[in-house]
Amino acid sequence: MSMTITEKILARASGKRNVKAGDIVTAEVDLAMIQDALGPIVYKQFRELGVLLWDREKVFPVIDHSCLPGSMENAGTVHETVKFAEDYQIPNLYNMQGVSHQIIVEEGKILPGQVAVGTDSHTCTYGALGAFSTGIGSTEMCAVLVQGRLWFKVPETMKIHVTGVLPEHVMSKDVILKLLSQIGANGATYKALEFTGDTIENMSMDSRFTICNMAIEAGAKNGIIRPDEKTEEYLKSCGIKEADFSELYSDTDAEYESCIEINAAELAPQVAVPYSPANSVDVTEVEGTKLDQIIIGACTNGRLEDIQAAAEIIGGRKIPHAFKCFIVPASNKVYAKASEKGYLQTLAEAGCIIVNPGCGGCGIQMPMIAGERCLGTHNRNFKGRMGSPDSMVYLGSPETAAASALTGRITDPRCI
Amino acid sequence: MLQTKVRYKVLEKLGDHIDTDVMTPGKYLTSYDPEYLGSICLCDLEPDFPSKMAQGGILIAGKNFGCGSSRETAPIALKAAGTKMVIAEEFARIFYRNALNIGLPCVICKKISENTDVKDELEVDLETGRIRNLTKGTIMEGTPIPEDLRAQLSAGGLMAYLKIKLEEGAEKEDEHSV
Repeated sequence: MSMTITEKILARASGKRNVKAGDIVTAEVDLAMIQDALGPIVYKQFRELGVLLWDREKVFPVIDHSCLPGSMENAGTVHETVKFAEDYQIPNLYNMQGVSHQIIVEEGKILPGQVAVGTDSHTCTYGALGAFSTGIGSTEMCAVLVQGRLWFKVPETMKIHVTGVLPEHVMSKDVILKLLSQIGANGATYKALEFTGDTIENMSMDSRFTICNMAIEAGAKNGIIRPDEKTEEYLKSCGIKEADFSELYSDTDAEYESCIEINAAELAPQVAVPYSPANSVDVTEVEGTKLDQIIIGACTNGRLEDIQAAAEIIGGRKIPHAFKCFIVPASNKVYAKASEKGYLQTLAEAGCIIVNPGCGGCGIQMPMIAGERCLGTHNRNFKGRMGSPDSMVYLGSPETAAASALTGRITDPRCI
Repeated sequence: MLQTKVRYKVLEKLGDHIDTDVMTPGKYLTSYDPEYLGSICLCDLEPDFPSKMAQGGILIAGKNFGCGSSRETAPIALKAAGTKMVIAEEFARIFYRNALNIGLPCVICKKISENTDVKDELEVDLETGRIRNLTKGTIMEGTPIPEDLRAQLSAGGLMAYLKIKLEEGAEKEDEHSV
């Protein structure tokens, strides 16, 4: 029977030869990530059950939202997370070392073909490595900690076929923002988004993570990219010597719910305007909009490639005095590499504010008052997401954010 | 036991794409106490929401209800504010699972918004998905809640269900040891 890559992974994980979209399966979980904002509910409920963890090696508590804590309440959350890891002897605790999703992939904790769940909707990021990964809530995570498995409805797959060479100053972020504007914030609800085509094949892993990270913004269950030589190379750089993914591809006659074609060569830099990530327009339509702050970072775009792109645009210039441009490396590893390559120095000299790795402003760390506007490289611009419900968040690529940081207004990176 | 058929008044009607951030904004997430979460529920969007829902009733909404963050505080807050059931044209998947897991029934009904007003009294059959609007004398067909999930709801949510299952498992082990 022909299957998509997502169907193949769920079939293996549920011990079946074949599954098809619509089937309900119970899949064994390979990795359970718990971030600090949803963790306390998981931990409290799990303690109440009084049972053992199903597999402490597969559980990954990460402190990234309360990072830096900045309040007594968040300090309490950090304490609870650390205490849980200690009490249950969980070896893989990451305490303020970066955004959970970046840590999981760069530490080589998830492999192609595996099943990952996380108490964060952007857990779909790991699909860029050819894994099935999706976000769940706290109570469901508690059940995973007990049983090590979870039920799933096998999703229908939408194929997103991207071809052509991306024009200069157009990034993978622009591809996913464009797709979101085409299919809408519920365009892929309950479905798998499978990204194919030469544009995707030619993309770096950093770029691919950005694409899969935002699959949830269309309501998708998971985003996925077929693993290839680039995946293998990436895994090697993360210390994984062997990963067999020879069977991990969608069969040529696999059934797709639909297929959407995107011509990368025609894309302009995109900006998603308030209050939905699916509200993107060509940057030229909002050029000149006055801003109060920029954030370059988050699990969407806080990787080395993103910081490099920012440094190349901002280097040798100055951020306006009244303006704030926050740089939030996605992890300590990214921070160290960006430092080694001189990007952080370049950005600091230009007047950027280099912040500790973590969720940063995509959470609650860089709030805005009524009437203020931010352009960020993160993934959500919902009303009140970053402070006052009357503040506004615009989403764009690192290049668009960097270009805008130099002027204090939304700026087309092709014109810098 | 959860009644298969339930009857409540519609107390609030919301539009499309109501995200979980706006249900429980991150900036106010200083406690996980349900009562507190209920008090801040939807405060940036509908400040009167908790007082409107206080008597206990149905919330109806449009497409993609509960999109965005996987935060479980969102359905906890809705429930604590008095929401007995959400009927929406469409749910975002993480929210749907979270809501059923904490014992808040969710029913999908494509025509709910166009055929229902605040103050209408509805009788909802969770087994068949049929919704009777007793005020207007109309019938709408919704998507039934699958049997397994109804059993879970009936127990009061996934945790309560899991406790029952664990106890059953322990009892079985005891039998074997005898």
